Amino acid sequence: MKKLITLTVNGKSHEVAVEPNETLTDTLRYRLGLTGTKKGCEVGDCGSCTVVMDGKPVNSCLVLAMQAAGRTIETIEGMETEKGLHPLQEAFVEKGAIQCGFCSPGMILSGKSLLEKNPNPSEAEIRGAISGNLCRCTGYQKIVEAIQSVKSE
Amino acid sequence: MLLPKFDFHEPASVEEACQVMAEFKEKAKPLAGGTDLMVNMKKKIVSPEQIVSLGRIDTLKDLSRENGTLKIGACFTVADLAVSETVQKLVSALGSGGRALGSPLVRNLATIGGNIGSARPAADLPPSLMAYGARLSIESSRGSRELDIEKFFKGPGMTALAPDEVITAIHVDIPGPGAGAGYINIGVRRAQDCNIVNVASFLALDEKDGAVKTARIVMGSVGPTPMRAPTAEKVLVGSRPDASLFAEAAAAAEQDCSPILDFRGSAEYRRAMVGVLTRRTLEIALKEAQRG
Ligand SMILES: Cc1cc2nc3c(=O)[nH]c(=O)nc-3n(C[C@H](O)[C@H](O)[C@H](O)COP(=O)(O)OP(=O)(O)OC[C@H]3O[C@@H](n4cnc5c(N)ncnc54)[C@H](O)[C@@H]3O)c2cc1C
Ligand code: FES
Ligand code: FES
Repeated sequence: MKKLITLTVNGKSHEVAVEPNETLTDTLRYRLGLTGTKKGCEVGDCGSCTVVMDGKPVNSCLVLAMQAAGRTIETIEGMETEKGLHPLQEAFVEKGAIQCGFCSPGMILSGKSLLEKNPNPSEAEIRGAISGNLCRCTGYQKIVEAIQSVKSE
Repeated sequence: MLLPKFDFHEPASVEEACQVMAEFKEKAKPLAGGTDLMVNMKKKIVSPEQIVSLGRIDTLKDLSRENGTLKIGACFTVADLAVSETVQKLVSALGSGGRALGSPLVRNLATIGGNIGSARPAADLPPSLMAYGARLSIESSRGSRELDIEKFFKGPGMTALAPDEVITAIHVDIPGPGAGAGYINIGVRRAQDCNIVNVASFLALDEKDGAVKTARIVMGSVGPTPMRAPTAEKVLVGSRPDASLFAEAAAAAEQDCSPILDFRGSAEYRRAMVGVLTRRTLEIALKEAQRG
């Protein structure tokens, strides 16, 4: 039986009816139309489903929508403002850190979470922060450089 | 991947959680971070009809110090364990286990109670907890009990928990002066990986002559549960710790385990690495014990 929950996504409060066995990924994608959050492995390995929940990046494929009730969720769609792309998004474009783009939402949210906690991370800290986000295209180097370039600005 | 159909319960207190568990028993499963249970449900390894989420019970998320004991709530996250200064200062081997687990994304969800409850032979926290001699607080609507963590693991995914019980807290005695512990794991890659071998060692030295008074060596991934290395511990007790004693203990630990071969590593490799990690974790434990 569906239940009504309220959650805040990218600053906006939403009331949605969800199934008890529905993941947060599916609620975001299919009920709220936020398809920037990807479905890859669905078992916590790839990080393409990364969202920021109550300030912490997590695998939304491992979270039930019911568990997200009342919480604050940030997805990739929330990063662009009226001023344009977020500086980290700009850096990904500038440095060629995006190829197919499937990992990019998760990479960018993990990178952003790191920079908020630690504005001047070392290369090892950057690689650690994105260790739950797999990329099949870039070889990671450009992604690390993109995150690094934002810190030095 | 679809999840099985289930009802979702979100109790606000341990008492309420115990009531739901008592009502549904085998049909119910507690859900903490979900990083183990959600995967097992998606893979159809388990299909509980009732999910009892512990995520809104705030009392399970505390870390507190009571005299010489650190009390860690079952829903304390692995991410917090990995960065907590208290954990690092008082029970560093547990912090090392936390930092070795999964990825930042997984650690932000995963809990210490879930790591114990999953009862994976290669899990990152049980070896250190066993080396420290941790005890579990377990509750049900029938009452509460305390259990030595060593008696908790019964086999891969199997535990001493009754179907209506939940773990509420983990108690770790803080090593006093002259005692310390270390933990090291080896995997195929650094993040997001199941361990090939993981070992924790605890040492307590005699204040008078510096000889080993107590030794606990726990080996993970080389048996159906994390297990003690009794022969290696016997080698240590009563002798002054030095490189040759640690080499002897490491050789004994290799014989104390019964590793299997799988795609991650051969049995021979695992056995050799048990020796190496025993020696290295003993060195860390000794350094801690001697830091004064
Ligand atoms: C990509 C990925 C990588 C991983 N890497 C590692 C790793 O490197 N090392 C490692 O050790 N593990 C790893 N894991 C496994 C898992 O993340 C950990 O075991 C984690 O600590 C489980 O905690 P949880 O809170 O998510 O447990 P849950 O999934 O919520 O629960 C796990 C089990 O314990 C039971 N349970 C949970 N809490 C309680 C309680 N309070 N009382 C009684 N029973 C309870 C549940 O019913 C369930 O059976 C990984 C998982 C993923 C998805
Ligand atoms: S889809 Fe969630 S981690 Fe891969
Ligand atoms: S850009 Fe294709 S997976 Fe990373």
